[in-house]
Amino acid sequence: MADTDDASRFARIALPHLDAAFSLARWLVRDAALAEDVVQEAMLRGLTYIRSYREENPKAWVLRIVRTTAFDHMAQQRRVAEVPLDHAAELPDPQRSPEAAFADAEGRTALARAVAALPDELRECIVLRELEDMSYRDIARIAGVPLGTVMSRLWRARQMLRGAALERQP
Amino acid sequence: MTNPACERWHLLLQADHDGELTASEATDLMVHLAGCAACRAERDGLAALSEGLRALPRHAAPAALRAALTRQAAMPPAAAPPRPRRAWAGGALGLALAACIAAVMLLPRAPDPDAAAIASHIRALQPGHLTDVLSSDQHTVKPWFNGRLDYAPPVRDFASAGYPLLGGRLDYLAGRDVAALVYGRDRHIIDLFVWPSDQSGSAEHVASGYNTVAWNGGGMRFVAVSDLNMAELRGFAALWGDAGR
Ligand SMILES: [Zn+2]
Repeated sequence: MADTDDASRFARIALPHLDAAFSLARWLVRDAALAEDVVQEAMLRGLTYIRSYREENPKAWVLRIVRTTAFDHMAQQRRVAEVPLDHAAELPDPQRSPEAAFADAEGRTALARAVAALPDELRECIVLRELEDMSYRDIARIAGVPLGTVMSRLWRARQMLRGAALERQP
Repeated sequence: MTNPACERWHLLLQADHDGELTASEATDLMVHLAGCAACRAERDGLAALSEGLRALPRHAAPAALRAALTRQAAMPPAAAPPRPRRAWAGGALGLALAACIAAVMLLPRAPDPDAAAIASHIRALQPGHLTDVLSSDQHTVKPWFNGRLDYAPPVRDFASAGYPLLGGRLDYLAGRDVAALVYGRDRHIIDLFVWPSDQSGSAEHVASGYNTVAWNGGGMRFVAVSDLNMAELRGFAALWGDAGR
């Protein structure tokens, strides 16, 4: 039975990574309220898994539970209704070079939209790498895919994001 | 623009950018970069993109969630009498989470991985998720799990009985990596999750339109999930019984 020892041990492991957990959920499900549901459920799942916890990297362990929970929510939502992605309209700006495309607030907003529009698997990899600073090995463990898949997903994500930035130029 | 001949350098460029390159690879790459303007431009593009991405907001967890978890971390050891409601008085969310945790604590030992198998099955049915190794040959699928799992799942093909092996994948249930074997039955997909367990007893469930048959044998727990009818799913489980499980 999960007792208060388990609960407090789990909380001590998860607490330092709570922001990372929420941020990942938020980027994956793209909705603040749903992200909160996902993290709550992930925390409950984590509590029930705590006795099998033997990972060397607690952040990767916590994020893996969060991503699995998030993908479960996303799969169930998709079963209810096939909702097309809201591809945000890009604002053309003749003045920018590719390198400057992300430099200002407007560029970052467009970049955030482009990240949100990435396929789920690519979005997951790029968020783990760039925002959570996870290594290839940790990303492979979290996403449950081989290292080579992580590298090719990252590459594709980056090409798509750079492509989106270039589209903003006429 | 990108030179097609440089494609083989791209993942190395990226690995270098991500700090994942070995010293010898880095040397090769440096030599190439010195003579290739296209790859230098590619490298600068990666750097600019990273700078933009790292400036994106990391969303901070809601305060109520943090408060609830903080209190949970400070909960007294089991020996001391717990103060469930009081310890959680941290807004509606804290109470909700406390109620859920109380519910979990009332559950019998261990979560129900059998039920979690349905969620994994649904997740796997998304395009591109079903198999990591696509093969009807048990001698291809079984070794694929070597080094990916800390146990060797039994792998069998039942094509002659109308349940062909389609492949396998690594899945994740109840906090651990598990083997998922994928079988076909007419136009239905069966996921068979296998992991070491001292759990005992067979079980059948119907949930969310999916049938589940669970059993154990040889120190392993087997959970078959499918939208196939229960009679045929039982037939699939029986094949494993006949095969000595
Ligand atoms: Zn080159």
